[in-house]
Parts: sequence; structure tokens; C-alpha cells
Amino acid sequence: MSVPRYSDFFFLFFLAGILLVGLMFLDTAISGRIDRPLREERRQLVGALSLTDLCLFTEARYTRHPGMADLQTPFQDHPLALEHFPSGSLVAVPAHLRRRTGSDQ
Amino acid sequence: MNAFEKQRYILDLALSSMKRRKGKNIALVAVYTFVLFLLASVLFSADSLKREAALILQDAPEMTIQKLVAGRQDLMPTRYLDSIRQIPGVQSVEPRLWGYYYDALSGANYTLMVNKALNDHQGEILIGAGVSRRTTADGPPPRLQENDLLPFKTYDGSVLTLNVKGLLPTTSELVTADLVLLSEPDFRKIFAFGPDLSTDLILRVRNARELPTIAAKITQLHPDTRPILRQELLRTYEAVFDWRGGVIILVLAGVLFAFVILAWDKATGLSAEEKREIGILKAVGWETSDILLMKFWEGTTISLTAFFVGIVLAYLHVFVAAGVLFEPILKGWSVLYPQFRLTPTVSVYQVATLFFLTVLPYTVATIVPSWRSATIDPDAVMRG
Repeated sequence: MSVPRYSDFFFLFFLAGILLVGLMFLDTAISGRIDRPLREERRQLVGALSLTDLCLFTEARYTRHPGMADLQTPFQDHPLALEHFPSGSLVAVPAHLRRRTGSDQ
Repeated sequence: MNAFEKQRYILDLALSSMKRRKGKNIALVAVYTFVLFLLASVLFSADSLKREAALILQDAPEMTIQKLVAGRQDLMPTRYLDSIRQIPGVQSVEPRLWGYYYDALSGANYTLMVNKALNDHQGEILIGAGVSRRTTADGPPPRLQENDLLPFKTYDGSVLTLNVKGLLPTTSELVTADLVLLSEPDFRKIFAFGPDLSTDLILRVRNARELPTIAAKITQLHPDTRPILRQELLRTYEAVFDWRGGVIILVLAGVLFAFVILAWDKATGLSAEEKREIGILKAVGWETSDILLMKFWEGTTISLTAFFVGIVLAYLHVFVAAGVLFEPILKGWSVLYPQFRLTPTVSVYQVATLFFLTVLPYTVATIVPSWRSATIDPDAVMRG
């Protein structure tokens, strides 16, 4: 029996890596199919309750509902007030505010 | 000896040479894997959140109309309804009643929202899974269940105790974790809302292409209002989770700079031992191209190991462990936080982006200094 070479281990590892990445894609496809009814349920709930935003950050009103945030959000407490909620730095400026303030131009 | 066998021999030698410096190489792979893991975790979670938002907000109101006073959102008088309803193309306009309630006991913010179906069930509420899990200063009380009572302090100072009629499905936590659905009379009692006021209006149109025109007509008719279109909501979430913008690019920039330093350190020079090895190989008759091939295989081994391990770990972290490492960052100061599992949305584009951003630059970075050492006289290289 021949002694395995280093390159054999490399090829085995490479194949295992390819296989795992392939499994990732397979899992993505299967999960997408399994979760489809759940997504549909969420979508219908959003429609039935007339919701506008994802419930990701509940600490401040403009991070709970970024879609509904007003133009004064950065100065909500007093003029020159600095943003102090951690999620404020995670949430980008909503599209409707960017358009109004012309920061897209 | 065919080309494949030649490559195998060079690969064997490259791997045995790496084994001699295993401490350094293991450390390198560990750092490199962590960089890739972080990068891939951010990419995977941002993209699947973006996809989730785009899918579930498809049925959000086509247009939401807010009233502004001194630039801030104010309560909407219901008399605006009639004039907006008469705009051609408008199918329906409805007042929406919702607001924020700070629960002093748990320190959590709830979103209270009127649900028409509950108008005949005054005193009853439906709550999101996050509300049922609320905690207090004394630790988590038992989970709220059906028929439990939840007290609300009204704006006139009295306490209104409402009966939990049911829980919203846990599968919808991403949109309902902090929701408390209640009847209109209860809502008006808690917030002391006048009967002719609502939080905002939601509007449906006959033809979606007319939305911008209708929005313009509304602002013309009521200059103190602000229409927000569903497309803008969707674009907002697209921007929030766009990996090329916002804070995500900052995280990525930090990670990439760390990686550039790693690659730069590698590119600026070889260790004395590595130089001696190249010198010996040249002295025993190896050609420059063979040495470059050996270094290419070394770089490829390290970067492919980090790439495969990094992205598989990131996948497990984001989609199996629900992004547990990111939870403290995402939670911020929130008391209520939705518990949700993201549907995997890994694409070839993401994997290719990660590959070209990390594996290729690193492999190239390992070849350059070797090429420099391999082209000079072996005697000079061995002498250092």
C-alpha cells in the first residue's frame, strides 16, 4: 500500500470544500422552498395589518420605523442633538429623505 | 513526467515546506479565516435581510400620508380623508391608528396599533412574541399567554388593563415582535386621541403608475402633508442593507484593511528561512518558474483553506446560529428584539465577490516577493 502524499490531502480538502459550498447552495434552494409559505404568511400579515417596516430595532422610533422617519430625526431631542442610539449608526438614511434633501444629487 | 505529475510534486514540496513552518502558517490561516468569516457573515446577513424585506413588504400600503407640523410628524385630522378620496385614481383612503408605548415595568417600547377586527372585542389585545417575552428589573416574568392581563398607563393617568386574547405567530416576529394590536376605543383611551384624529392615512390606488402624480396632487392640496410611497420603503431597506453603503461598508473596510496589512506584510518580504530555501532550490537546479509555482501552491493552499472554512462557518453562523455574534450589535439599546431565522440566500455573485476580494489578492501577494528572491543569484540569496 502506497503512503499517502501531501497532495492527496490537498485534493481531498479541496473536494470537501467544493462539496460544502455546493451543499450551501443546495441548502439555500431547499430552505427557500420550505420557507416560501412562511414568507407568504408574513407578506399577507403585513398587508392585513398595513405594516410599513421590519421590526429590527425597537430602541428609537426612527429605527423601529425607518420608512416613516421624519426629516428632523437627527435633531429630534433638541437643535444640534447628536445621534446617540447604537442602531442609528446601522440604519442608513431612508430613501424618501434622501430624495427630499437632495443628498442623492 | 506529465504536467499534472509535475504540479503534484511541486505541491507535495510546497506542503512539506509549509509543514516545517506550521506554527506561522496555522496562525496565518486562523487570522485569514476569521477575516473571511466576518466578511462573509456581513454579506450573507445583509443580503438575506434585504431579500426578506423586499419580499414581505410587497404588500405594505401603496402610499402612507403623514401630516407635518414644524417639520415633525403630527396627528392627521380625518377631514383630510374626503378631499384626498376625491382625487381621480384613488381607490381607498383609510386612517391608521398606531403609536409607541413605553412600558416602564420592562423598559421596552411597544408599537400599539389598531386592528379593525378587534373593534368588537374591546378590552382584548393580540401581542407579538417579543412582547410576550418582555423582562423586568427582577428578571424575566412568566411569558405572557392567552387570557393574561397586561396593564397600560393611559395619558390621563389611569390604568387600563387589557386581556391578551392571543399571540401573533412567532414565524412573523421579523415584523410583529413588538406589536400590540387593540381595538380603536382602547387605543383612543390610552393615548387620549380625539375622535377626529388618526396617526396617518394609508391610500390604495387603481393604477400603481399614477402614484407619483397622486402624491404630487396630495401635497398640492395639503402642503402640510408628506406622502411616502411603498417603492420608497423598499428602497429604504435596500439602502439599509446594501453591502456597498452605510455602516456595512465601514465594517467591510475595517476587515479589508486588516487583510491588506496581512497581504502587504507577506508581499514586502520573505523570512530568512524562506529566502534560504529558495536559494537552495535554485542551487540544485530549480528554475524560477518552478519556485514561483511552489509559492503559488503555498498561497493557494492558505487562501483556499481560509476561504472554504471561512464561508462555511459564516453560513452556519448566519443561517443556523441566527447570527449570534452580531446580536449585541443589532440589539443596541433595544429591550425587545425579534428572534428570527433568516432564509438562506447565498448566491454565486456573493461567493465570487468573496473569492475575488480575498483569495486572488493574497495568492498574488505571495508570488511577488518570491519572484524577487527567485530572480537573484542563489549564492546571494543564501547569504541573505
